[in-house]
Amino acid sequence: MRRNLKWKLLLILFITIVALIYLAPSVVGEMSGFLGKILPQDKIHLGLDLQGGMHLVLEVEAQKAVESYVERMKGDLKEDLKRKRIYVPRIERINGDQISLEILGEKEKFDEFINNNFPIFKEISAEGEGKYQNIVLGIETKQADYLKRYAVEQALETIRNRVDQFGVTEPDISPQGSDRILIQLPGIKDPQRALRLIGRTALLEFRLVDDERSLQEALKGNVPKGDIILYQRRQEPETGRVNKVPFLLKEKTLMTGEVLKDAQVRFGDFNQPYVALEFDPRGAKMFDRITAKNVRKRLAIILDSNVYSAPVIQERISGGRAQITGTFDLKDAHDLAIVLRAGALPAPVKILENRSVGPSLGRDLIDKGLKSIIIGGILVVLFMVVYYKISGAIADLALILNLILIMGALAGLRATLTLPGIAGIILTIGMAVDANVLIFERIREELRLGKPPRAAIDGGYSKAFLTIIDANVTTLIAAVVLFQFGTGPVKGFAVTLSIGIVASLFTALFVSRVIFDVLLTKGIIRRVNI
Amino acid sequence: MEFVKPGTKIDFLGIRRSAFLLSGLLIGASIISVIFHGGLNYGIDFAGGTLVQVKFSEPTQVETIKKNLASIGLDRSLVQRFGERGENEYLIRVEKSVSDLEGLSGQIEGALQEAYGKYGVEIRRTEMVGPKVGKDLRKKGILAIVYALLGILIYISWRFKSFIYAVGAIVALAHDVMITVGAFSIANKEFTLPIVAAILTIIGYSLNDTIVVYDRIRENRRKMRRDPLAKVMNSSINETLGRTLLTSLTTLIVVVILLIFGGGVIHDFAFALMIGILAGTYSSIFVASPIILTWQERK
Repeated sequence: MRRNLKWKLLLILFITIVALIYLAPSVVGEMSGFLGKILPQDKIHLGLDLQGGMHLVLEVEAQKAVESYVERMKGDLKEDLKRKRIYVPRIERINGDQISLEILGEKEKFDEFINNNFPIFKEISAEGEGKYQNIVLGIETKQADYLKRYAVEQALETIRNRVDQFGVTEPDISPQGSDRILIQLPGIKDPQRALRLIGRTALLEFRLVDDERSLQEALKGNVPKGDIILYQRRQEPETGRVNKVPFLLKEKTLMTGEVLKDAQVRFGDFNQPYVALEFDPRGAKMFDRITAKNVRKRLAIILDSNVYSAPVIQERISGGRAQITGTFDLKDAHDLAIVLRAGALPAPVKILENRSVGPSLGRDLIDKGLKSIIIGGILVVLFMVVYYKISGAIADLALILNLILIMGALAGLRATLTLPGIAGIILTIGMAVDANVLIFERIREELRLGKPPRAAIDGGYSKAFLTIIDANVTTLIAAVVLFQFGTGPVKGFAVTLSIGIVASLFTALFVSRVIFDVLLTKGIIRRVNI
Repeated sequence: MEFVKPGTKIDFLGIRRSAFLLSGLLIGASIISVIFHGGLNYGIDFAGGTLVQVKFSEPTQVETIKKNLASIGLDRSLVQRFGERGENEYLIRVEKSVSDLEGLSGQIEGALQEAYGKYGVEIRRTEMVGPKVGKDLRKKGILAIVYALLGILIYISWRFKSFIYAVGAIVALAHDVMITVGAFSIANKEFTLPIVAAILTIIGYSLNDTIVVYDRIRENRRKMRRDPLAKVMNSSINETLGRTLLTSLTTLIVVVILLIFGGGVIHDFAFALMIGILAGTYSSIFVASPIILTWQERK
């Protein structure tokens, strides 16, 4: 019996020390030297609600990626059909991802051509007799699904790139469901800026300005065939008002940001920041050809359908370099360079959920939470001593150990402590006491029956055991369900509650028992003071 | 020290009709309040929308804030003081959620900075939940509560080898949840994600209480084979009464501390827990066991 007790004491001591070791970095900071190398250095990880930061859920509009793919395929199809000498008076994209076209000639020849060269398309309908046929082509479901999946993967990768270059410590970017992306950025100070950086599509395009036709006519609603109107947003530095300047552009995109190799912030003559672009060899060749062919014309640089600038091509440019100028400040230029380097999103994203907490609010919450834990804890500790005397003090000891275990486990398991998580700890204080109350009430009953101290304690513990297990398992069921269902903060609550339940089972059923046994065996107390 | 002297014999089951009446009245009031308010007052977590928590450096008024939001057409948004009076913090809630990059919170920040100066306002928290996510969360919240109840039903049926006890426990739980939700509705507080967490905690907690009593009934039935069920239940409830009150008291101590010191976000959470614990303590004495007795007598 006594030998046994020694081992139990050692076990408790061991577990306490392990918990303290895990807890130490969060309390005293990181250790240097030899100790720092062999001991764990993880601090308790604070949730976004406590340390400030941004929680974003984005939806990738993957269908848009399918649509732009079909749009590109339409161009290819048109060219190839021309080469095959199949006359196509009309070809257009309809219903998002279908191509409607009219052909002149034999249907069999066309079908064979599609089967051999564009197997991703299947015929949805074909009408018309004789020479002219109206055909609608749709994209294969399998191919569309693949494109959507690829778009989400690509978007994830691009956003990861952008965030890395922006410089956020410990970002968490992960897919959620089939088309959602969850982004957690701790400690972000300017959430709006981060959002612009992450969420913008950043599709860079080069198009010629159509100076041959009238912009005025086009603005009245008569946009010439093959042209589009896009706007340049100019902000007046004094008033901050935004003016929109219209441009009449050729619809055909000459080049996109895909051929970009690098983008850097540079400064112009009046210290005005601009973004210098460098193309890869393929891009350089394309740019060379475009500029050679269009000297004296204006080339518009467009980002996400906004015209940034439209300089006149003075001469052929063969070095593979260009620049984006505009009325932006250093921050904007810096962010623009990042998104251009990281590449465009394959499809636009929609913000489904956006929660951001400033750092000062988090600090307030921690202060208030700690204050509540301390005050609540002291009151309960005092109350137990008043109500159960020495036995109450034993329960208090178990309670303090319980708190150390929870904190140590949080650090050791790298769990996240959130505001509801702090509430969970406080709740655990109240409920951990319950197990001891159950035992003590039983011991009192046994003592009233006239049993000697040791027998009363034995009886109290064994009779309360099953009740305590039942009561805690049911709470654990609720906690586990909560964990499954929860997002962020709620999950944190479930984690601390679960850890708290397990810790309180250990401290109430095992630790307080051992303390009783030690006190009785050593003869420090002769009767149960309860 | 002892709250409940040994040998206390209160006839809890004798007054069960009055207890049922009281519970019925409370639940009735809850239901009427929810209907009267046109359903639950969902926060943006479940309803979707935008929420901005702003701290002003100088004292201001709700009306002034609304006036300053008029320039962006948001003068009809809900503006509430948040936390202590001296803290100058306000919540601005707009039902709309905008999924483009600038978002509503950016506009709100801009409008307020124009009115109060760049350093006069601090945006402490913004939350935007799209309608799709809100619907998802609502579904998940209900599912979580249903799953928790199911798990508990199975566990009790197994541990007490009796379905009736499981039903009794679930009735007691439903009782506590309805009263908590009702209290929320009467106080016109918002139903948010942390509140669902609070309700699940109440479920776990109230069950704790109920199981302690059931456990004693199970034990006493073996000892008091000759006695009628009502008597067994009465002495079981009396024997565990000290513990029931004590545990509720210690838990209430911390919850009340949270209510006082926890601050804005935690305040409602603690309020839900407080109501739930009170209801749970009451139900484990006056509902969970008496309902089984009534059921048995009917048969």
